[in-house]
Amino acid sequence: MQKLGDFKLPQFFNYPPYFTLQPVRDTREKQVQLWKELILDYCRTQKIFVIGLEEEFPLFSNPAIERTLSHEARDAFLLALVSEGRAEWMDKGHRKCLILWHRIQDWADCILNFVKDNGLEDSVMTVEEIRSGTESQGTDLHGMDRTVLMRALRLLEHKGKLAIFKGTSADDEGVKFSI
Amino acid sequence: MAGNYLPAVELTGSGRPVFLPGEIECSLLSSVDLESEENLNFPRFKSGLLILTTHRLLWLPDTAATTTTTYAAVAVPLAAIIHIFSPKKSLKSMFATPRVRFQVSVSPDGRVAENLGSGSKSMVITLVMRGKNDCDAFLSKFWEAWRGRAWESQASGSTGGESRDGSTVGGVRTAMMAGVSGILRKEQEMWESTDKSLQEAFQDLNALMSKAKEMVMLAEKMRLKLLSGSNIQTSATNDEEMGSKQEMQDWLLSVGIASPVTKESAGALYHQQLSRQLADFVKIPLERAGGMINLIDIYCLFNRARGTELISPEDLLRACSIWEKFDVPVMLRKFDSGVRVIQNKSHSDEEVFARIKSLVLKPDALRNGISASDAAMILGIAPAMAKEHLLTAESKGLLCRDISPDGFRFYINLFQEIDPNDVYL
Repeated sequence: MQKLGDFKLPQFFNYPPYFTLQPVRDTREKQVQLWKELILDYCRTQKIFVIGLEEEFPLFSNPAIERTLSHEARDAFLLALVSEGRAEWMDKGHRKCLILWHRIQDWADCILNFVKDNGLEDSVMTVEEIRSGTESQGTDLHGMDRTVLMRALRLLEHKGKLAIFKGTSADDEGVKFSI
Repeated sequence: MAGNYLPAVELTGSGRPVFLPGEIECSLLSSVDLESEENLNFPRFKSGLLILTTHRLLWLPDTAATTTTTYAAVAVPLAAIIHIFSPKKSLKSMFATPRVRFQVSVSPDGRVAENLGSGSKSMVITLVMRGKNDCDAFLSKFWEAWRGRAWESQASGSTGGESRDGSTVGGVRTAMMAGVSGILRKEQEMWESTDKSLQEAFQDLNALMSKAKEMVMLAEKMRLKLLSGSNIQTSATNDEEMGSKQEMQDWLLSVGIASPVTKESAGALYHQQLSRQLADFVKIPLERAGGMINLIDIYCLFNRARGTELISPEDLLRACSIWEKFDVPVMLRKFDSGVRVIQNKSHSDEEVFARIKSLVLKPDALRNGISASDAAMILGIAPAMAKEHLLTAESKGLLCRDISPDGFRFYINLFQEIDPNDVYL
């Protein structure tokens, strides 16, 4: 079985047509579906949040069969993720794509579980602490993208589960949980 | 009932008459009636196609008008014609439908036939030309053909007349020709005359054109000879010889259409007749190409067979596009890419797909896919054609493509078989 780092690649990764955008509708639908799942899987295991279309991305080429996805194909597959709400373009030029391998709602649930597990129901934490503190180690929250985290926190704030306030330092914000 | 008076004419699958050896078309007229004023029992042949050849006057029922063919196609041998009447020039004839009258010899039992000695009667047949035809031009061609007496040179020629005239020639075979020595002598004579006609033919182009008919006959004969020869010696000959023989046969086969339809002879009916002749012609190349052939290839083959009477690509396209109106077994097909081909109506894509499928399932093709030229080589068709087949198979979901620096290749479509819930098979 071929591997990309510690990520197990599926058999069809060695199937050359997998790397050519298929023109026939039925075939293309299936191809897009397979790519969507592979991208999400890969990003989840590797904790990748942003894919740059113009940068090297290990998943988009297979040196074993000497195939690389064209820009058009990358755009098509990511666009399919965006239309399902599993990704978002970060700029109008479609150069960077934010991958939501958990939806914002799922991230919010993650945060709630994390808070409950650690008995932090009425505590105060900084945003940076949630991302990189010792408490979050071993959870999906550890090392997560700040933009995604802020969106999840705002969703919870909207639901009245916490309050966000300006911290002491200018670039950090604090969170007061009230679950 | 027509057979009582006039001999019937055999037609090809596309409705063209089958010509006698050496027979060439001179003129075609539409909407012509055939009648006999003196014989009341003579059936009325209404509004048909009249074809003047060097040997016969053919009358074909109009296929477009009568779906139920009440009359069979008939012919008047020019040999049976005793006299062609000059048209009466009068004020009345200027306004009436043009008519051409001629006298034919009739056997005692009422049949129109040639070479009857004493005791034969005669009958006057009138051609009534209802269409917009040039009557005078036809009449002069009619005279020309009748005076040319092409049928006589045919009957007396030693090389021709094997199949049709064989019965009449056989009767006058002399004792000199009997036995092995006779056969040898005949063979020798034939070789000499063949050699002579070959030499004469290449002296200049005019001579070649006048010899074209003989060359076609020669080619046909040689082909038959090769065919019979290979049947006898199959066990003795090795593959290479068989191959070259086969090749030789193919060359000879593509030599000629003895009587090409021309604008001159067919006039307004040109495209229609060309279309029918083409339908007859494509049968053999189609068979060899596996039921489908590129329009360009047919253009080359057809013009080659026509020799000097070349047609333009536009004429070919028009001839193909009016096939829809006739009951012919071939059709013009346009692929999505714009490539146009001729194919048998019975040709099925399924069959081709099955062959392509077996091709891409070979272990080598599973790994590396196939290119259009690979497919062309294995299927024995032109690369452009192979690509069309592959693209059609792709659009049906049978194949999928792989575009890489190595080129454009096709693989069996595995996408539908991959289970998204279990990608690690």
